[in-house]
Amino acid sequence: MAEKKKLFMQGNEACAEGALYAGCRFYAGYPITPSTEIAEYLSRTLPRVGGKFIQMEDEIASISAIAGASLAGLKSMTATSGPGFSLKQEGLGYACMAEIPCVIVDVMRGGPSTGYPTGPSQSDVMQAKWGTHGDHPVIAVTPAYVQEILHETVRAFNLSEKYRTPVLILFDEIVGHMREPVMLPEEGELEVIDREKPTCPPEEYLPYDAGYEIPPLAAFGEGYRFHVTGLNHKDDGFPTNDPEMIQEGIKRIIRKIDNNKEDIWKNEEHYIDGAEVVVFAYGSTARSAKYAVRELRKKGVKAGLLRALTLWPFPDEALKDACQKARAVVVPELNLGQIVYEVERLVDCHVEGIYRVDGEPINPMQIMEAMEKYS
Amino acid sequence: MGYRYELRFSGSGGQGMILAGIIMAEAACIYEDKMAVQSQSYGPESRGGASKSEVVISDEPIDYPKATSIDCMLALTQEACSKYHKDIKKDGILLVDTEMVAEVPQGDFKVYEAPIIESAREEFGKTIVANIISLGMITEFTGVVSKEAIEKAVLARVPEAFKDLNRRALHFGFEKAKELKGKE
Repeated sequence: MAEKKKLFMQGNEACAEGALYAGCRFYAGYPITPSTEIAEYLSRTLPRVGGKFIQMEDEIASISAIAGASLAGLKSMTATSGPGFSLKQEGLGYACMAEIPCVIVDVMRGGPSTGYPTGPSQSDVMQAKWGTHGDHPVIAVTPAYVQEILHETVRAFNLSEKYRTPVLILFDEIVGHMREPVMLPEEGELEVIDREKPTCPPEEYLPYDAGYEIPPLAAFGEGYRFHVTGLNHKDDGFPTNDPEMIQEGIKRIIRKIDNNKEDIWKNEEHYIDGAEVVVFAYGSTARSAKYAVRELRKKGVKAGLLRALTLWPFPDEALKDACQKARAVVVPELNLGQIVYEVERLVDCHVEGIYRVDGEPINPMQIMEAMEKYS
Repeated sequence: MGYRYELRFSGSGGQGMILAGIIMAEAACIYEDKMAVQSQSYGPESRGGASKSEVVISDEPIDYPKATSIDCMLALTQEACSKYHKDIKKDGILLVDTEMVAEVPQGDFKVYEAPIIESAREEFGKTIVANIISLGMITEFTGVVSKEAIEKAVLARVPEAFKDLNRRALHFGFEKAKELKGKE
């Protein structure tokens, strides 16, 4: 019976289901609206599949705990919102530097500071890219539908395992709390990737072997003993002052993402061929944009949508392609203009941002009005 | 071309407005073959304060999840009624609780007034079933989902011991709405 597995589920719950499907067996977090349902759901479900759930004393402890659990071999996740995401930046940088796979969910709410806990926002998108100091790679996925949150959470784990790096899942209060029908995937229906482990004997293992683009990662407790640090390190994991090794180490962690952009990028295109006015959107705002484009097409306006499901690394090529014939590109954001600068950097046509930080969604009418001006 | 039907359940935090929205949406998308999205808006308070839950029902995928042109709205408090009625569309329906909503807004929509909370208290001894009575009334007024579907959805969401109570509350709602329609 197909109906049997159709569930009516919240975005946050779908995120938790996606984590379980991907094989997440460790969650550490500190509750915060509007992300708390992720923790609640996993606190009930993780123990049933042999996983561990810990409510930590704060956000820094949470991200540190998932980094530790991941090094011990478990797929791990934490979830938070704006104020907590600020705190997690320290651990995020550590995980980038030490190349620790893990998944961090930020269900965005109004800010700065404690801001507007029950209102949506997209104001952490640049923090996601630049929030932790130093040059570092960032992968961020931006689902917009409840079913998609489940699938993108699985993809986030896969990317994290494959590229041995933390992956961010960014959505907002609207999709986090919204409920939509969800079909739970069967076992084997979605690809699940596990990190590569070393095959060499323990005494020969180098956790940061520069001979690899992405070195295999041993789990602590399986006989491989190695050093992990946030300092620039040699291929054996111990700190180094060697300028060449410092530079090459940083370049490699950037390169492993840069060289694999094609694999990491994911976009949805809607009426983009020959579009004269394009809307570039991500997350919940893209739902309004899709509605707007469909209505404009009915009126004969050659409107198109490019929606990023991977916001970082930024979809440079898809955006340039989408805007080839466009007179203008409209960028709606639940912030006062962040991603719009990335768009301006890349396209030759006119760029118009639509911004909102009052806790209300950008509605399709606002987008239609902006786009119609260029038709 | 597809249709888009929008409902808004509004009241005060703790009156079960979010649950009412969930049940209506489940009736449409689990117990009938429609598309449905339920969203909500509330303040930082867990009780009190105006709260609303919105449901969009369609026969095609729903992109914009929030209500913009409301077909049917329920208001169980004056604050929620005054704050949220402006988006009701022409010929739409506004159902208000007589006890709680003294100032009934006027517009080019139809207003039904019913002592929903009083009935919940007097007939069932529990004000908590006001949301289920409301669901019965809305189903009767709008026909947006079938009575069978809403009943299945209600029963799936309540504990065994309260199934009978909620079934009776739902049917009470069907009947009250029928009476109100009959008076027109």
